[in-house]
Amino acid sequence: MKRSLARAMVLALLLAFSFALDVAPARAANEADYKTAYSAAEAASKEAASLRHQWTVTVSVLAAAKKAADGGDFDRAVAAAREAEALAKASIFQATTEKEAWKAMEIR
Amino acid sequence: MKARTSILLGSLSAALVALALTSPRVVAADKVDPVADARAFQNFFFQKFPDVKHEDFVNGPYSMNEDMKRQWQEKEEFPPYEFALDAGKEMFATPFKNGKTYADCFPNGGVGIRQNYPYFDEKEGKVVTLELALNRCREANGEAPYSYVKDEMASLTAYMAFTSRGKPMDIKIPDDPRALAAFENGKRYFYTRRGQMNFSCASCHVQSPGERIRAEILAPALGILNAMPIYRSEWSGMGTTTRRFVTCNSQTRAVPLEPQADEYRDVEYFLSYVANGLPISGPGARP
Amino acid sequence: MASSIRVRATANGDITEVQALIQHPMDTGFVKDAKGELIPAHYIQQLKFECNGKDVFVADWGTAVSKDPYVKFSFKGAKKGDDLKVSWTDNKGGSDTITAKIS
Repeated sequence: MKRSLARAMVLALLLAFSFALDVAPARAANEADYKTAYSAAEAASKEAASLRHQWTVTVSVLAAAKKAADGGDFDRAVAAAREAEALAKASIFQATTEKEAWKAMEIR
Repeated sequence: MKARTSILLGSLSAALVALALTSPRVVAADKVDPVADARAFQNFFFQKFPDVKHEDFVNGPYSMNEDMKRQWQEKEEFPPYEFALDAGKEMFATPFKNGKTYADCFPNGGVGIRQNYPYFDEKEGKVVTLELALNRCREANGEAPYSYVKDEMASLTAYMAFTSRGKPMDIKIPDDPRALAAFENGKRYFYTRRGQMNFSCASCHVQSPGERIRAEILAPALGILNAMPIYRSEWSGMGTTTRRFVTCNSQTRAVPLEPQADEYRDVEYFLSYVANGLPISGPGARP
Repeated sequence: MASSIRVRATANGDITEVQALIQHPMDTGFVKDAKGELIPAHYIQQLKFECNGKDVFVADWGTAVSKDPYVKFSFKGAKKGDDLKVSWTDNKGGSDTITAKIS
């Protein structure tokens, strides 16, 4: 039991950070890049929320993306939006796999 | 950057594969059997902790640690929930603006009935918790509802719990598919992982009772609601069952649901039912 | 209005054990309210237990003591039936006092 717990946690953390470290842009990000990244992140975040499986970090990182964009720092805004999208997708993955996986923890 | 990325992605896929391969046996969907579930639940804890008296499980972390238990017993001579309890007693007796009282909403005038909550309301088709019933009583009598999380709601439920102290938890599941579905829904919520930390309630309270999470000793899931509401030193105040569900969610970095959400009502139903027979110990004091 | 002090004193031979629970917010002055404004510091500055005309326990407190403080201590030289007077004063000029019999 403990090993699958550790594994599951590793999975969640890896998913959370893998996308953030992904693309190193050749040029500085602009507003259009931000808008694309943000709408993708927002869509994923909304889906996670509709599944009632939203993560607090998704919400805060998405807000940080918007804040950075409002301040004109599109590099950081795009990075944060991508991270938020990754977090949201991880939470959606969690919601869908847990539909069956929960039974593994059940006392019988 | 590129090498690191590919290593990360590599380990990510390895982890994914490992997780898929270790996916344990999935039992074919069968009939919901709360009686069997409760027996299995209780036996799990009785066997895991053979030195703990059955009724002691309702004392949470104190049943898991002798030193903490001694300190708690000393404090129970002058418990921190005393002020909330006295306030609750007074509130309960104070009539609403229309002259009616809480006693008019509850069986036996609201005294000595806490152990029957939550119950399944067959007319509504949903689980009704004590906190929900109290606010409905208020609204039915023209009063504004209280916050579900603390203060007045905690004081009122503290008083009602106190009048039931020592009585065994006595939750009923009627032979109604909706009630069975609610029980099953609550059970599923309890075991489902959530939040960025990927914890389910069971991760802490079934897998690790008596062990530490940071500086806290974890309580066993068996009887975990019997001491509600609780004065938590961490909160420097009283908190209701709703408060604990909400804070547990945010501690695993899951966005909490709304108070008295279906999932919360159902998980309260499940956890209370599997503790049937164990005494009400509320209101409680916790670290 | 009920007293903010609950006290219980039990004599066991020459030793009297005292427990007290005091209702007080003990605000540190660092916490903000829902509107984002600082809740001003409001804490007990002195707590005193007197018995047979003598101070048996005096505490000078500050903001490090938690809300609704609980105190437990023992002292010698009193017996069953003696009066124990408990009083406190806070930084806002508030105070309360109660006298209990040692049982």
